[in-house]
Amino acid sequence: MNRRDSLKAMGLTVSATLLLDSCKPAADKKTADGLVLDEIGRQKYEVEREKKLLAEKFFDAHEMATITILADLIIPKDEHSGSASDAKVPDFIEFIVKDEPEHALPMRGGLRWLDVKCLNKYNNEFKSCTPQQQLEILGAIAYPMQATPDMVAGVTFFNKMRELTAIGFFTSKMGIEDLGYKGNAPTKWEGVPADVLKQYGLEGV
Amino acid sequence: MTDIQIKRSAEVYDVVIIGSGAGGGMAGYVLANAGVKVLMLEAGPFFDPAKDSLQLKWPYESARRGGNATRPMGDFDAAYGGWDIEGEPYTQKNGTDFKWFRAKMLGGRTNHWGRISLRMGPKDFKARSSYGVGDDWPITYEDIKPYYDKVDRLIGVYGSMEGMENDPDGIFLPPPKPRLNELFIKKAVTGLGIKVIAGRGSILTEKLPGNNERGACFFCGQCNRSCKIYGDFSSSSCLVIPAIKTGNLKVITNAIVREILTGSDGLANGVSYVNKDDMQEYAVKAKTVILAAGTCESARILLNSKSSQHPNGLANSSNVVGKYLHDSTQTGGAAILPQLLDRKRFNEDGVGSLHIYAPWWGDHKKLDFVRGYHLELFGGMMMPGYGGYLGFEGSLVPYLNGYLPGKDGKMKPGGGFGKGLKDDYRRFYGTLAAIGCHGTDIAKEDNYCEIDNSVVDKYGIPVLRFNYKWGPEEIKQAKHMQQTIQESIKAMGGIPLVQPAGPENNYGLDKPGKGIHEVGTVRMGDNAQKSSLNKWGQAHDCRNLFVVDGSVFVQQSEKNPTWTILALSMRTAEFILNQKKRQNI
Repeated sequence: MNRRDSLKAMGLTVSATLLLDSCKPAADKKTADGLVLDEIGRQKYEVEREKKLLAEKFFDAHEMATITILADLIIPKDEHSGSASDAKVPDFIEFIVKDEPEHALPMRGGLRWLDVKCLNKYNNEFKSCTPQQQLEILGAIAYPMQATPDMVAGVTFFNKMRELTAIGFFTSKMGIEDLGYKGNAPTKWEGVPADVLKQYGLEGV
Repeated sequence: MTDIQIKRSAEVYDVVIIGSGAGGGMAGYVLANAGVKVLMLEAGPFFDPAKDSLQLKWPYESARRGGNATRPMGDFDAAYGGWDIEGEPYTQKNGTDFKWFRAKMLGGRTNHWGRISLRMGPKDFKARSSYGVGDDWPITYEDIKPYYDKVDRLIGVYGSMEGMENDPDGIFLPPPKPRLNELFIKKAVTGLGIKVIAGRGSILTEKLPGNNERGACFFCGQCNRSCKIYGDFSSSSCLVIPAIKTGNLKVITNAIVREILTGSDGLANGVSYVNKDDMQEYAVKAKTVILAAGTCESARILLNSKSSQHPNGLANSSNVVGKYLHDSTQTGGAAILPQLLDRKRFNEDGVGSLHIYAPWWGDHKKLDFVRGYHLELFGGMMMPGYGGYLGFEGSLVPYLNGYLPGKDGKMKPGGGFGKGLKDDYRRFYGTLAAIGCHGTDIAKEDNYCEIDNSVVDKYGIPVLRFNYKWGPEEIKQAKHMQQTIQESIKAMGGIPLVQPAGPENNYGLDKPGKGIHEVGTVRMGDNAQKSSLNKWGQAHDCRNLFVVDGSVFVQQSEKNPTWTILALSMRTAEFILNQKKRQNI
């Protein structure tokens, strides 16, 4: 059910009319990659800053290819939803390191650390390693409590890479549907459903 | 001819109001509806939630997924400004780290606030008599009660009737029911002997009787973005825009006030400001001036309004302007509720204010501190977003998944990647429970803001410098907050996400200003030697100058200040009408 239908179903009158009036499409602008840049309700400097960041490029092609492989290893396609790259997570990571520059250096340096580690270990940069080699090196940096001291820099990098990937994925349309979030739509909140209250024995609370 | 001129308008307004937040908005609403010609000066742009709110946007409609690179409380939050504004600095002294949140826009901070709408109680107005600390207000709860009632009816507030002496009931709309996580919190906190009641918030859980301009809440839980159908209280939507419609209130936006102008008789006769759009200087004339720029900015304007009649700044012969600055004490805790792993999905957005809270329950005779705090209790299946689910519980999943058995009942090392990790994010979604503690700071003469004459902002106006230190009373309160948080989380079987804080960092007490409840810099009082304003918010030194924002507070309490600001402003506006009728001003 879309927003308009659910409004109707609820029989909302004043709210619905006011809401639909105020949700009419306005002078939004689409950027090259399809992101809608909304200028309504935003300050001029915000819009200008964002346009500038979207026009800049931080990661080179090699780095982006490595980020894409890593992101899909962290969040692969499964029976519920697509992979991180299906949800355009690499594009989000490219944007956010420019938006929040504190991520830029750890990401760039971390990618390089990973390539050099793989070169020494497997005679290949990470993206050209075999899938088995890639899993092996991730196994050494993806479990902080088990990592050996020589892998600490990799653990730090992977923590950040994993966090940015998860943010990018679970804030995408695909990721939000995967989580099963049901809100952001007009409703009438009448409390926790009876079957759920019963499940947890909270009927009397 | 010079490039910059001061443009003086010939028109004399009955009243010029500086600021459009809760205080300025209410004064403008009352006066405009009574037929007074009002000019309102606002430092930021026009903002109408119906048009400008970013309500119902999805995180993927933001390049930063709702992140906070440009707005400190997220990309959709309805506050233009923040802790730091380019070109408008403030300074500190004696190791102070006061944080000053400013929202420069029509309606100010009321566009994004938490809508927690609490009345102060009878004892709160008499802190010295009741608790032996702070000062008594020059008014009693009985003086302000009729105005609280009128604010309730005019704006709307939900809550439950409890009959608690120092947490007075209002005229309430029905409160929203708790979310699932909140029922667990309620059960645990109640078990500690703490009474948990429905939240009190200015959100229309039902249509407001007699008001056809505002829609009833449709439960998206996004009040911080401001509401397109005016289902919650913002000064912009509920006060200023309706006041404009009377034809009696005019707003000039992007007007940064330099000073209040006074004549040789010492009375206020106008306001000078710089217009951000054209960077020209302006002066407007007024018979009466109402100051409501926000607690710190109002003090700044008064201190910068020096003249031969008011050499120490306006309304400051007592030398108290800027002093007694006080913000809420606050700290908080959060936990994951393992019993909620893999919970059933349903729309649990609810309202964008508190569903439940615990008013202060302690007996100060049995404690080593005298003033209290309340608990703000919340949790549920929130909209994912950078700074929302994934800024918090989601980011912790790769750390937490090593502490709890998987679906197969087996333990595994924390962290990971791949399908197993992807499933862990789903499992932990919606399991967070949070406890916020917000309490009373005792107003102190030594906590203040003052003019730093060595620094000016980009408009050439001298800036504020802060001096602020928490006292032993506040730190003891924070210690008690920590105990309450730890006991509550234990009682609900939660995994704490925040390390317990100890004496080395004041028991987690947040930096002053972070509560965004700062008040007290232009205090009321009966004694003109010790206060700026009389009990009507009228300057002792200047009878046609009134102040109606949080700066007038003598002593705050653990109740959030907005409802009291609204009630006091309404009371002052009615007093002004009365005085105008009698031709006293």
